[in-house]
Amino acid sequence: MAVVETRNLTKVFKEGELGAVNDVSLATEEGEFLVFLGPSGSGKTTLLRMIAGLETPTSGEILIGGQLVNHLSPRERRIAMVFQSYALYPHLTVYKNIAFPLKAQKVPKEKHDAKVQWAAGLLGIGRLLDRKPRELSGGERQRVALARAIVREPAVFLLDEPLSNLDAKLRASAREELEQFQARVGTTTIYVTHDQVEAMAMGDRVVVMEKGKVRQIGTPADVYDEPADTFVATFLGSPPMNLVSAGGTITGFRPEHFLPARAAAIPDSVPMRLAFSHEEYLGAERILYGTLADGSCAGAKVVSRIASTHAGVFAKDTTYDFAVEKRHLKLFDEATGIRKR
Amino acid sequence: MERGGLHRFGARALHVSVLGFFVVALGFPFFWMLIAAFKQNIDLYTVENNPFLFNLPPTFEHIRFLFVETRFMRWLGNTALVGFLVVAITLVLAVPAAYALARLAGRWGERLGIAIFLTYLIPPTLLFIPLSRVVALLGLQDSIFSVVLVYPSMTIPFSIWLLMGFFKSIPKELEDAAMVDGLTRFGAFFRMVVPISVSGILTVVIFSFTLVTQEFVYALTFISPERNQMIGVGIPIYLVRGDVYYWGSLMAACLIASLPIAVVYNLFLDRFIAGFTVGSVK
Amino acid sequence: MSAGAKREERWLAPAMFLPAVFYILALVGVPLVLAVLYAFSDARIGGSGFHLVGLENFRSILQSPGFRKAIRNSIVFTLSAQVIVIVCSNILATALEEPFRGRGLVRFLILLPWVAPVSLGTIGWKWILDSIYSVITWVLVALHVYKPYSAPMWLGEPNLAMASVVLVHCWRLIPFSTVIMLAGRSAIPKEIPEAAAIDGAGFWRTLFQIKIPMMTPILSVAVLFGIIFTFTDMTVVYILTAGGPFDSTQTLPSLAFATGIAGSDLAAGAAISLFLVPVLIAVAYLMLRVAHRSEVA
Repeated sequence: MAVVETRNLTKVFKEGELGAVNDVSLATEEGEFLVFLGPSGSGKTTLLRMIAGLETPTSGEILIGGQLVNHLSPRERRIAMVFQSYALYPHLTVYKNIAFPLKAQKVPKEKHDAKVQWAAGLLGIGRLLDRKPRELSGGERQRVALARAIVREPAVFLLDEPLSNLDAKLRASAREELEQFQARVGTTTIYVTHDQVEAMAMGDRVVVMEKGKVRQIGTPADVYDEPADTFVATFLGSPPMNLVSAGGTITGFRPEHFLPARAAAIPDSVPMRLAFSHEEYLGAERILYGTLADGSCAGAKVVSRIASTHAGVFAKDTTYDFAVEKRHLKLFDEATGIRKR
Repeated sequence: MERGGLHRFGARALHVSVLGFFVVALGFPFFWMLIAAFKQNIDLYTVENNPFLFNLPPTFEHIRFLFVETRFMRWLGNTALVGFLVVAITLVLAVPAAYALARLAGRWGERLGIAIFLTYLIPPTLLFIPLSRVVALLGLQDSIFSVVLVYPSMTIPFSIWLLMGFFKSIPKELEDAAMVDGLTRFGAFFRMVVPISVSGILTVVIFSFTLVTQEFVYALTFISPERNQMIGVGIPIYLVRGDVYYWGSLMAACLIASLPIAVVYNLFLDRFIAGFTVGSVK
Repeated sequence: MSAGAKREERWLAPAMFLPAVFYILALVGVPLVLAVLYAFSDARIGGSGFHLVGLENFRSILQSPGFRKAIRNSIVFTLSAQVIVIVCSNILATALEEPFRGRGLVRFLILLPWVAPVSLGTIGWKWILDSIYSVITWVLVALHVYKPYSAPMWLGEPNLAMASVVLVHCWRLIPFSTVIMLAGRSAIPKEIPEAAAIDGAGFWRTLFQIKIPMMTPILSVAVLFGIIFTFTDMTVVYILTAGGPFDSTQTLPSLAFATGIAGSDLAAGAAISLFLVPVLIAVAYLMLRVAHRSEVA
């Protein structure tokens, strides 16, 4: 039985305008780390807030643990949420922050200490219990927010871009901690982000959203290697997939699959010639920019991504032989953007 | 969030009754002023009559009396003149001071700014006795210029505080760009910062003006002759002959003097509150 | 910046703020010093003498029962008004928090007591509380709570007169406090009450355990200003009761005025008004503490 399920969920903020969330149906798997991925305005946060009970759906159903929860307030839904800003209560100590949900749910006082210590221990913040939030670093605050979330042993964790307020260096270690934490605790988790690297690294499955609609649901491998449409294809992967249109069909191939032809005989490949323009050296890899030199798509801008171990030197305005393996070519219908299989 | 239907109705009813109670409790005196201003004296002073109704037709007599046979118009004029002069003095002194303290004096300026704000806490009821002697010494006793001199000491501190917060929120880059383009520091202040600070300056203008109209202690202490008095003192003190209060005209005067000020003040309220709290809760 | 520009700036800053500073020093600092001097002298209006008489003034006023009553009144009025104002403005701020139709108009009406000049609002109340024509009396008689002509004189009996003074102060301050509270509430980030809702807190728990504690700095500012406004006010007393009946509503400032100006005894008046200073210093200190604490946050 799915822990969280939505059926035809729609949210319209203004009459007559396109909904923030349009007819979304999905179901989580027990214990999975599900990521809602999309650009801003895609509806991912609104969807999360509806599941939490902070927004009322215009139509559709939300089920948690098999039970219809549309009419239930957040506290009755057995969920826990971590906000982007962590929303720690600034006037309470870490201990009291973690204990607050227990107090609010009228858990008997004798049980509080054991539970708070257990949650704090799980996140390694036992020594911070007497501090106030303003004395903590960004990473420590995240851990307190998680402790507060887990102390009630909810059925679902909802996380709204919790890493975006951390600086880049901290983000990687905080991300790792989050993954380990979720693996250890095993609670079903829904995680909202606009960062596709985070989504790929952390998610068991990814829900790619755009303008309120779900574009694709699948494992990171699914959405990366077999994108359902041009939006998913270009949203995941950096630099994005090359899209070349000709005769009603868009052909897509990822930069890392667009390689110099002489790099050993690539079986079953389609040759293409690249008119080189400039390159970026990124340390571990090199990004080559240019346009296709001939054929029906001449002049289309393309990007290639090769490892820095490749020694080749490229000169401006010179044409080189490149190739893509046939199996890496993805075809999309030009009018709808949907993948042709 | 969903709630039971009955629960929601109860919450709404409570909400409306709370609001209703306060609106009546706080607004009633003004409603009452309105009624008294138009009631005929016979009606007004008959105890048995229901005071909420016009038992006799309403009259303009009190208003006529107010404008024609009292010095009401003159008090309005005095207050307006004093207001204008005080606002001018306040602006000339407070605006440059606020800028200098916000931008040019560093941490030192911060401290001076706080010290200046604290002088706002020194009330007229502490200073009015020595100031009455100072005013007499300067020969300004009984003249409206006594208050023109003294009121800025009340408006300037708060205005500096308000404007300091305001100037601080203007990005420094604006003035730096102006100076790179060739203006002096003062030029940058006068030609760049002041024009974009119109809303803050307007707030200071309104605040100073309303303070002039609201003030009571100094006006009462320094000015004796009725014809030189301000609105705030003239109405409660001089619309009385002997022991007899001309309630009808009195209420009319209160209403006429209060409402325009209330409307204007209301428009700028959010800025004043920011001024009160910005300092304490950055 | 060129050396010339730097030099210009060095004298520019003082040139810009010194006029204001001198103005304040001259019209606030000097009178403050004079007040102290007068308190230790025998100055009178119209009198020519000015001799320092040490603690003579203080001794005589401390012995006068009128003075002791005035101090007690000042403290009692201020504290009771503040308590009522805090409770009422919190209730009102809660009711005004969420937008609703007509909120602008309601806000305007609620603000009237604060924005209208003190003296005018007070005289309006004087009419409402008039011994013979009071509308309150009329309503109570109509409800048969009192027989005609036997209702109390609201401003004529000492206890009722004191209550009336407190009432007018509350009436004036509730709007001011409410608006400051609203500002404080809107400064609470939206996610915090949401987190509380998810954690399981209902309306009342969120209000008392989360929202109000978070507003302590602003609450303190409102309270401290409220204390100043009530404690140092003489207008309400002067107009409403003139200190009566039988000096039962006299407060420090109104007594200072009655003694110093009406009674021509400048020295005694100054001495009385100096008793305001300890409270002012305490308030100033507390305000600085609040500002410092919230800056650390």
